[in-house]
Amino acid sequence: MHDDERVSDNKMKTPDSGQGIAPEKIEVKKDDVETLFGDVFRAFQKNRSALVGLCVVLFITVLALSAPYVLSHDPYTMNLDNRNQPPSEAHWFGTDTYGRDLMARVIFGARISLVIGLIPAFLATCIGSILGVASGFYGGKTDFWIMRLADVVLAFPSLLLAMVIMYTLGANLFNIFIALSIVGWASTSRIVRSQTLALKEKEFVEAARALGVKKRTIIFRHILPNCLPNIMVVFTMSIPSAIMQEAGLSFLGVGAQPPTPSWGLLVSQGKEFIFSAPWVAIIPGVAILILVLAFNFMGDGLRDAIDPYMKD
Amino acid sequence: MNNILVQTKGLKVTFSAEAGMFGGEARVVKAVDDVSIDIAERETYALVGESGCGKTTLGRAILRLVPTTGGQVFFRGEDLSSLSPEAMRSLRRKMQIIFQDPYASLNPRMRVREILAEPFRTHEPKMSAKDVDERIAALLSVVGMRSDTMRKYPHQFSGGQRQRIGIARALALNPEFIVCDEAVSALDVSIQAQVLNLLSDLQKEFRLTYLFITHNLSVVRHIADKVCVMFLGKAMEIGDTEDLFARPFHPYTKFLIAAAPVPDPTQRDRERLLLKGDIPSPINLPPGCRFSTRCPYAQERCRMEEPEAVALEGRAVSCHYPLV
Repeated sequence: MHDDERVSDNKMKTPDSGQGIAPEKIEVKKDDVETLFGDVFRAFQKNRSALVGLCVVLFITVLALSAPYVLSHDPYTMNLDNRNQPPSEAHWFGTDTYGRDLMARVIFGARISLVIGLIPAFLATCIGSILGVASGFYGGKTDFWIMRLADVVLAFPSLLLAMVIMYTLGANLFNIFIALSIVGWASTSRIVRSQTLALKEKEFVEAARALGVKKRTIIFRHILPNCLPNIMVVFTMSIPSAIMQEAGLSFLGVGAQPPTPSWGLLVSQGKEFIFSAPWVAIIPGVAILILVLAFNFMGDGLRDAIDPYMKD
Repeated sequence: MNNILVQTKGLKVTFSAEAGMFGGEARVVKAVDDVSIDIAERETYALVGESGCGKTTLGRAILRLVPTTGGQVFFRGEDLSSLSPEAMRSLRRKMQIIFQDPYASLNPRMRVREILAEPFRTHEPKMSAKDVDERIAALLSVVGMRSDTMRKYPHQFSGGQRQRIGIARALALNPEFIVCDEAVSALDVSIQAQVLNLLSDLQKEFRLTYLFITHNLSVVRHIADKVCVMFLGKAMEIGDTEDLFARPFHPYTKFLIAAAPVPDPTQRDRERLLLKGDIPSPINLPPGCRFSTRCPYAQERCRMEEPEAVALEGRAVSCHYPLV
């Protein structure tokens, strides 16, 4: 490998003296221009488990969006003659303790879980990345105050902090976003900050400074893109944890309010009948598992696709 | 030849390891301590010294990449510290840097095109994408690379090729002054020679002035017009390369030159000049001359009083008892 490189280095022509800058007309082909997006997409396609993850996420998303049109049962209609029925032809996933069709409730619950998983994880990752990069790059007082704020957030048990926020703001979906974002940004900011501190000393950042590139441009062009794999991983990890936290909040009564069929709520309601009617808790639990796994596969594939060293 | 392009006057850079939250002594390292050098237009000025002597820091302080704690840097007679951030930014096109490690100096997430477009995007925001591409292709051919390398990522190249890309980036805005910070140290010996030749070709072609930072004395001898020997942040001896190598005045220079390996097996038995003792800690320098703890010629005065630089046969020597 090394010998090959040396040979090719030797073959390169040395510049003829007297040849100024811009000596020849150079054709620049259209397909020379490639975007980061195109590269990532191509690498992503080659990764089978990432594709499976993507398909599962897409499938669940489509199912959740089309729920009212494809389901024969309503998720809210109770039928007390029909409580805790095991899976059957009429009710594929069985029924819950009020005789509601569990399949309808799980599919409707996917809407909430997807939204709960994506939006707060996205918000927390964005806030955490920006604060983390600012903290690491500017240092000094900025760093001190952002990190102390993060310490405060991290010092609380996250569920407790989310509960306090939910109690203060009131239990509804929008407030769950706010609560989970406030809880989630701190760990992201720590990770991005430490990465920034390492990148800031790299010579390519110094080269950019020597060129007179503005600080903000350095952050967006040199620092953040190099943090992207880590941010991606943190993001995919925070989707399942947001889903779980929502489940915890719902269980404690400050998250989704019954009769909203959130998966967390379904699991915690079903756990009372775990021995007599185990499907009521297990099926939504398996749904959480599948969605969380699918997101993780996707995240892994995305991370590899973004990493330039993994290519070819 | 004698137009001064870059000048430092009593330049100082200190790094401090701050005292902890619960007290403790703040420790100060004088990385560059009162260094004054004059670099003439179109010459190659070498900065030599062992690791940790502050030569890299001096190079970066001249480019204002590290904050200085004292002294001034002049570029064409203009005091850089008096410039507004905007003026400094636009002056940066005149002074560039080539780094030691070609693996760290190129952003791994950018293609060669983006890396080389950055100088133009920064200083010529109105230039069209097509013009930028043409300039990049021209730059690549100047450093001996094909223009289709534009589409590749840095990790697809060997060390020597990456270094050429780094050189192309430094050349992009037609600078007058380039700091070569150990520019060839990380490369294979065969490639070192190629890159050195490339650098000297470019110097002739584009009328460049180099500040060449290195610990490799044979490289210095090969390319430098003038040399500044540094030890623990201070300039020990400054002079023309030929003279200085032929007849070192400062004891440290003498030992430094004697320590360089000679590529001649018949001289294997030549007299070895070895120094005893350790380099003093840069945090806790000896009171007198900083070389006095290791210098075999040191006398009482050397341990008490720090020597000033004195002019001696066209050289500046910081020694009480130069070896004339």
